[in-house]
Amino acid sequence: MRNKQIFRKLQSTAVPLPMENVDTDQIIPARFLKGVTNEGYGEFLFRDWRFNDDGSEKENFVLNDKTYKGKILITGPSFGIGSSREHAAWAIADYGFRVVVSSQFGDIFKNNCLNNFLLPVEVSSEFLNELFTAVDSDPEVLIDVDLENLTISIPSKNLSEKFEINPYKRMCLMNGYDDIDYILSKQKEVEEFEKTRKNDFSI
Amino acid sequence: MTQKPRTLFEKVWDSHVVIQEEGHPAILYIDAHLIHEVTTPQAFTGLKERSLPVFRKERTWATTDHNTPTKDQDKPIKEPLSRTQVETLLRNCKDFDIRIYPLGHQYQGIVHMIGPELGITKPGMTIVCGDSHTSTHGAFGAIAFGIGTSEVEEVLGTQNILQYKSKTMNIKINGTLGKGVVSKDIILYIISKIGTNGGIGYFVEYSGTAIENLSMEARMTICNMSIEMGARGGMIAPDETTYKYIKGRNFAPKGKKFDEAVKYWKTLPSDKDAKFDKELEIKAEDIEPMITYGTNPGMGVKITGSVPTIEDFSIEQDRNMFAKAMAYMDLKPGQKMIGQKVDNVFIGSCTNARIEDFRMVAKIVKGKKKPDWLSVMIVPGSTQVALQAKEEGLDKIFKEAGMDFRGAGCSACLGMNEDKIPAKNYCVSTSNRNFEGRQGPGARTMLASPLTAAAVAVTGYVTDVREML
Repeated sequence: MRNKQIFRKLQSTAVPLPMENVDTDQIIPARFLKGVTNEGYGEFLFRDWRFNDDGSEKENFVLNDKTYKGKILITGPSFGIGSSREHAAWAIADYGFRVVVSSQFGDIFKNNCLNNFLLPVEVSSEFLNELFTAVDSDPEVLIDVDLENLTISIPSKNLSEKFEINPYKRMCLMNGYDDIDYILSKQKEVEEFEKTRKNDFSI
Repeated sequence: MTQKPRTLFEKVWDSHVVIQEEGHPAILYIDAHLIHEVTTPQAFTGLKERSLPVFRKERTWATTDHNTPTKDQDKPIKEPLSRTQVETLLRNCKDFDIRIYPLGHQYQGIVHMIGPELGITKPGMTIVCGDSHTSTHGAFGAIAFGIGTSEVEEVLGTQNILQYKSKTMNIKINGTLGKGVVSKDIILYIISKIGTNGGIGYFVEYSGTAIENLSMEARMTICNMSIEMGARGGMIAPDETTYKYIKGRNFAPKGKKFDEAVKYWKTLPSDKDAKFDKELEIKAEDIEPMITYGTNPGMGVKITGSVPTIEDFSIEQDRNMFAKAMAYMDLKPGQKMIGQKVDNVFIGSCTNARIEDFRMVAKIVKGKKKPDWLSVMIVPGSTQVALQAKEEGLDKIFKEAGMDFRGAGCSACLGMNEDKIPAKNYCVSTSNRNFEGRQGPGARTMLASPLTAAAVAVTGYVTDVREML
């Protein structure tokens, strides 16, 4: 079962990854999907960008750059496209991130994040650029993510933007509920649906 | 009573919404759930922790495909982690009383192969699987999409999933395909036009005369790669080709029930005046055999084309992405694709490992030999296809050409099992993703159709298959 970490507000420095179209094979390559639990995937996060074949760190990759740290990962557009592997969300969360920011996410990846209490924040391209610029000029810059008021801001620059998230998912994140809890509460409706549906030739 | 005209997607969606509460996503009933060893262990653990049974086990089918070797399939899996994952699925299926077609079973194969093959996949259904290529099943007029492991747990435990209704897109392809142009070229062409994110948030319906004239297998190839443009799924309206394919398969309705089903399926195609959120039109005549040069499926060109140059990209981010792809692929900007030397050919995966694909390949390679330096792996998508290929003598044609015809599985599509492409090798592949490291760390993938791959398999260079037809 997932670790239900309630999310309301967060203030943190951020790690910038200004790359476009990062697919989930890059977030975690398939050869590391062989586990039977959902723990310990952080060490495989961006494995082939982060480490050489002999296991030594690649110098120019941002996760190996001590200048940047924090619980927020800021990424380029179309982050998390490709394979449905939830291991991608597990790896990011296990590494210590609580928020991923992009101007667009792959659909399945976004759902996987939400189901793991990892907050995907979708911002405008302009605000994304502001974030990259702010972190680039000051790696210590603090960023606020507020799920109650649906804002992401850079207080030191007086910059802020609203983001959207489905009200239901917001409620789940803020209270530690998950989808199964909700569907189970509608068991009667499900059984009624099964009894009364027409044109079911599926089995 | 007049009803608002609806699309195929909307009709199937509407008939599966159990309840849609204000401010909530819909609870969508799932007709068929396909599962495999990689994305399920944590889901079963979750069920156990919640003390939940599998809610509708008769709607669940399991197989092993991602981790399984394609050689010596009768022996235990050598790699301990892969073996553990496969054994975990076997144990979970036993504990939860779910039918499974594991390695050694005549129905074993890639999840997206066995669904259609066994008649599990039918029009008007909702189908999910913890694998993004679940979009394949949309070729039958089903809503089919990939899900994460938390959602696998959700579907196992409740037979439902919470979903937001996607927007709809219609991609209409009218006209006649040219010589040597097959369905893989259609989808690679579309993705090269709209990019890997052009479909995000959409369910795509493919329509038009060029689609109507395709076989079910060819339609599956197109829907399979819908995810590569970011779409939630792809769909094609069911028609006589669909009904004919389904009739007589294991899980297809039988006798009078089949006729009733067809009557219903005929109501599913999009109404004439149905509105899509986005529409695209493509002329079949504009499509040529395609090949990719870069590190995402949108980086494709016609086979007679060249690798772009940095000047072709106006946005800085695109330039960076292109430069990164060039560094990884070690191709020269502006170089012709034809003539590029190749080290490996992989013909397989849920995109192109059906019997029709192998027949296409066999026609090209028959009586020829692969070049010495080239390694050619031909991997059926399912055990049924492997058996069929042997019955038709295709395996002999491949062997005589010096090519390696193996047992069924995902194989070298994803660099997870034993079959990997060595670092720095150029591989022309009929699979679906050319991401960095996808086929193995450092492997350089060029996606193409089975026809093009067959041409490369006998020449060792990127080749225009049309010259061989």
